Amino acid sequence: MATSTPTRDAYAPPPRGSQHKPVDARRQTWRSRLWRFDDKASPYAYIAPFFLVFGAFGLYPLLYTGWIAMHRVEMTGMDQMEWVGWENFDKILHDSEFWTAVSNTFLIGVISVVPQLLVALGLAHLLNYKLRASTFWRTVILTPYATSVASAALVFALVFRADGGLLNWALHFVGLGDTNWANGHWTSKIAIAVIVIWRWTGYNALIYLAAMQAVPSDLYEAASLDGASRWQQFRKVTIPSLRPTILFTIVISTIGSMQLFGEPLLLEGGTLGATGGNENQYETLSVYLYNYGWNLGHLGPAAAVAWAMLALLLIIAAVNWLIGRFVRKSAV
Amino acid sequence: MTITSPTKVSEPGLPARSVHRAPKKPSRFKPGAGQQLKGGPFAYVALAVIGIGSLLPLYWTLVAASHTQDEVLATTPPFLPGGRLFHNLDAAWTQAHLGKAIVNSVIVAGCITAATLFFCTLAGYAFAKMRFRGRGALMTGVILTLTIPPQLSVVPLFMMMADLGWGGNLESVIFPTLVSAFGVFFMRQYLMEALPYELIEAAKIDGANNFRIVLSVVLPVARPAMMVLGMLTFVQAWNDFFWPYLALNQQNPTLQVALGQLSASYTPDTSIVMAGALISTLPLLVVFVIFGKQIVGGIMSGAVKG
Repeated sequence: MATSTPTRDAYAPPPRGSQHKPVDARRQTWRSRLWRFDDKASPYAYIAPFFLVFGAFGLYPLLYTGWIAMHRVEMTGMDQMEWVGWENFDKILHDSEFWTAVSNTFLIGVISVVPQLLVALGLAHLLNYKLRASTFWRTVILTPYATSVASAALVFALVFRADGGLLNWALHFVGLGDTNWANGHWTSKIAIAVIVIWRWTGYNALIYLAAMQAVPSDLYEAASLDGASRWQQFRKVTIPSLRPTILFTIVISTIGSMQLFGEPLLLEGGTLGATGGNENQYETLSVYLYNYGWNLGHLGPAAAVAWAMLALLLIIAAVNWLIGRFVRKSAV
Repeated sequence: MTITSPTKVSEPGLPARSVHRAPKKPSRFKPGAGQQLKGGPFAYVALAVIGIGSLLPLYWTLVAASHTQDEVLATTPPFLPGGRLFHNLDAAWTQAHLGKAIVNSVIVAGCITAATLFFCTLAGYAFAKMRFRGRGALMTGVILTLTIPPQLSVVPLFMMMADLGWGGNLESVIFPTLVSAFGVFFMRQYLMEALPYELIEAAKIDGANNFRIVLSVVLPVARPAMMVLGMLTFVQAWNDFFWPYLALNQQNPTLQVALGQLSASYTPDTSIVMAGALISTLPLLVVFVIFGKQIVGGIMSGAVKG
């Protein structure tokens, strides 16, 4: 990702050329003024759509969420907003279900992101070998990415079913008893993590593979001349070269895991989805927000949940930054 | 970082290959060891296992969609596709109004893809090749927006859409995603390398204004990247679930929303739900089989989760 710098100013006004001579002076200045305006305004005009759309449908609602969180707003009459101050925050912070959702989101995030990225790293290493039909392998491991959350969650709901589920059948086969996957506190989180891992491992592996192929081969050459084994090369050359990419995937996967919604909502189908299981054992923050706002119809507390998510995100970012600083310090 | 380079590197026939073939040298003295080594049987076995794991759930979708519910949930589930596929597809089609849902999904994903391509190419070009005040800061702003989850703004967004009269309509799903930060970043990365300044200057000297340059210089150069971005955007828009599920109503769903509603109905029939899942996945699988190589190359060159 090198930033290329132009060799010379590409946007200098056009040379006062001989071709333009016959045009009279007044017209010339008008044209060059128009030209200069075009040059000045065009870049802003080209980037404007992004900022307009983001401002209108991203930033403004994000800030407005804070205002709504201070009001009582019901789904049934959204034009009536009644000021209640911190009441909504008070409500959710004293709701044990909220804290269950926080810890569920966190735990599912950890047990899905960590194995996912480790497997992706190994997989990328495999794909980095010279292989027959390498494009075929890459496409195959990326196929889950083509599947929507909804279909993936529904297939895995079948796999993890207590009665007649594919997984329990397989476990029976090797002599293990039935597990009620969706009912258990850990098993339900594992089930959701498996859906996430299934969908995203191939994608992350390809990102790592791209970074691995950018590692200059003379680094490996030098390492092997020094007598480094394959494993040492992987640890001492590949991993350090991939550090920025790894950090990037950690950030993106963490943010992704904060948003898990379809997987828990559809794990059991029916009405259990909106509460994340009969004991909220797999309710994530997004599901909690949905349940408050769209199932129960209280938009005020739902907005408060959104701001709590923002706060959590900032905490995670701060922790990330601190860890990054610590790692950099100890590495030097 | 061009679109094509990552796939090229691994293609057989590179000069490095003959070096690896050289027999009876201690492997650690081979130049480039650790990278571009020939994969042994272990690599193929491991890839095959992971590959089967990747495809198995999709196969299971097909199997489950082609049997009755009782057969699927029997103590010993079926392993081969059965004969009820078309019956189940038909049932899913009528129960979940999938015809309308497919039309809606095509409209939504099509509009979002077209708009994203146009606006992201424009913005990517401006960030890659034009000089203007605040360029660096604005680009940082674009990248930062990638880290904001949509959850944070859905409540007011829902109210805004109702105010605009778009409540439950496709507009409420289309408009918030007309441009993507990922797309801007992706096009910028590509154009920085693929579009030489000389080309722009030549067009300027020929008297082209800025928009003319976009049309006749930038767009043709950007076409390969636009293909990839278009496919990635389409996949994402087609598969999007969270906001459409909140914004659209039962009578006017996209495919994914219809699928979610089908499974949330009182007595969902497993086989029919799986038939619906099959209908929603099949179009993209076909795209993957045809354009797999390009999509893989695109993800490897973009290296950003959208």
